[in-house]
Amino acid sequence: MGFEINGKTYETDEEGYLVNLAEWDEEAAKYLAIEEKVEMTESHWEVINFLREYYNDYQIAPAVRVLTKAIGKKLGPEKGNSKYLYELFPYGPAKQACKIAGLPKPTGCI
Amino acid sequence: MAAPKFDVPKLTGFIEVPLLKEGASAHIKSFPASDVIQEGIGYPGPLVDGWHDKAIAKMGDLLGRYRSLQVFMDACVHCGACTDKCHYFIGTADPKNMPVARQELMRSVYRRHFTFAGKYFPSLVGAKDLTEETLQDWYSYYYQCSECRRCSVYCPYGIDTAEVTMAGREILDTVGIGQKYTNEIIGKMHKIGNNLGLPGPALADTLEGLEEDIFDNTGVPVKLPLDLEGAEIMLVTPSADFFAEPHVESLIGYAKVFHAAGISWTLSSKASEAGNFGLFIGSYENMRRGAMRIRDAALDLGVKRVVVGECGHAWRVAYSFWNTLTGVGHGGDDPFSKQLQKQLDPKYPAPQHICEFTYDLIQQGKLKFDKSLNDHRIITFHDSCNVARGSRMSDMPGGQFIIPREIIKAVANNFHDMQAETIHEGTFCCGGGGGLLTDDLMELRVKGALPRMEAFNNVVQEKQVNFLALICAICKSQFSKVIPYYGFDMSMVGGVHQLVATAILLEVPEETEQESEAEESEA
Repeated sequence: MGFEINGKTYETDEEGYLVNLAEWDEEAAKYLAIEEKVEMTESHWEVINFLREYYNDYQIAPAVRVLTKAIGKKLGPEKGNSKYLYELFPYGPAKQACKIAGLPKPTGCI
Repeated sequence: MAAPKFDVPKLTGFIEVPLLKEGASAHIKSFPASDVIQEGIGYPGPLVDGWHDKAIAKMGDLLGRYRSLQVFMDACVHCGACTDKCHYFIGTADPKNMPVARQELMRSVYRRHFTFAGKYFPSLVGAKDLTEETLQDWYSYYYQCSECRRCSVYCPYGIDTAEVTMAGREILDTVGIGQKYTNEIIGKMHKIGNNLGLPGPALADTLEGLEEDIFDNTGVPVKLPLDLEGAEIMLVTPSADFFAEPHVESLIGYAKVFHAAGISWTLSSKASEAGNFGLFIGSYENMRRGAMRIRDAALDLGVKRVVVGECGHAWRVAYSFWNTLTGVGHGGDDPFSKQLQKQLDPKYPAPQHICEFTYDLIQQGKLKFDKSLNDHRIITFHDSCNVARGSRMSDMPGGQFIIPREIIKAVANNFHDMQAETIHEGTFCCGGGGGLLTDDLMELRVKGALPRMEAFNNVVQEKQVNFLALICAICKSQFSKVIPYYGFDMSMVGGVHQLVATAILLEVPEETEQESEAEESEA
């Protein structure tokens, strides 16, 4: 499974998450966002970039609280809540935003 | 992700027995585990050569190991008392989701290979050969059972479908057919220490952030210690409590209770998961490996008590199985289990549920609450299956039903139970338990929640309930995801200790007050 953009192929799993994290680039993110029916704005990119930075540091996506706090600091306290994140990523910030950011799907009792 | 295409059941106000629709949920299948995932937890993959004989041999092995399974295979008289007790049957109308039919998938093969009549006159007794098609049927329908054990409450013989499901899943795993969701998570528990795969540094960072949040909101330096040697209590809790909403609100609640009680406590980066999905696939070895991490962490940290957070199946494993999995019940000569017995404080139950812990402090008058802080909430409580039917709290009969409700009533003014046949030991599963909390089973999860949603909707309509209080990470995630399909807002879902966190009164230390005054005067 996978997709191709401008001759570059990206391998994905059954649920459409990138298999190889290093393959991720902005083009892939744009493609995955279209698949998810998410229209990417600057606010979306802020979240995606933060997710990738955090993942580089900790090898896991940030907890929802960590994410909301970081977004609140960057974009203002009125945006530092999960309601705002759900507006950006209706299927859930953890799963949908991770997919677009090219991170593995967080699974567990969540 | 395209929206799943299925009809969401309509709420009618009644929990009705559906008209049968043969094969209605035959298409619902979760993703299978890859070979890599299977290997990580000690199973082969994909389907192995000689799978037929290996599967039958495994069935024989399990029949010998678990006398219960042998009895369950023999005892059923097909009376039908279980048929309409399963939430997945009620929600999908697929006759194979009747507990008796689910068991029959295995029982027919059992008769063929393990009974005289079935060996020689198979057609007379409904005995069937194990074919690849049967295995696929097992995979479909044993992963459409949440092992909630509601049916067993109504079975006159006490046959436990959950154990049959677990045996079915273990046989499947043994021949190379595993489920991606559950088995990948067990692998993460072994490798990293918790279901989410949250490494120590990320956990430390998350806890630090929470301490800041609590301080900002209350002015009280409530701590969430990690790997604190010599602490009185080690708390093991589902890793979802660190990661997800609304779970984290309960974690804050536990921390506030420990703080108010003035008891030293710690979390462990080694035992950063209370959950144990080994139970779900009936794998003794995997369940034991998960439980051993907790024992090792308790020994390393030298704690005197082990308290378990809000997690349904974790509490069943802890309460019912820890002793024989890792304690003195396991072998007796094991020096480590003896050491742990010496180390643990005999004045307290080992293990202890966080609800028992909080309830005990409430009884002693050690916690102060302002119940009116929860006045915006009208609360009902959902009994989690594994707590309700697989364990108990305290030594009073029904303690697992009484204690969480008493806590809610101690911290809030508005509480209403749901209808009688859907609570206590008759509770309906949330629809996501037993390893089914995965997106690829969303149709099953939504439909399986139907009976609970009917009962919930009734108290919403009649009592204006706006908060569904829970003591299980799976229940919290399942309801958050599923109740919007039924027209409710996900913010209605939360934890019992979230309510505690809202109402508990903590003393603001003088230094903090002085500091903030000083800051004010500086400004």
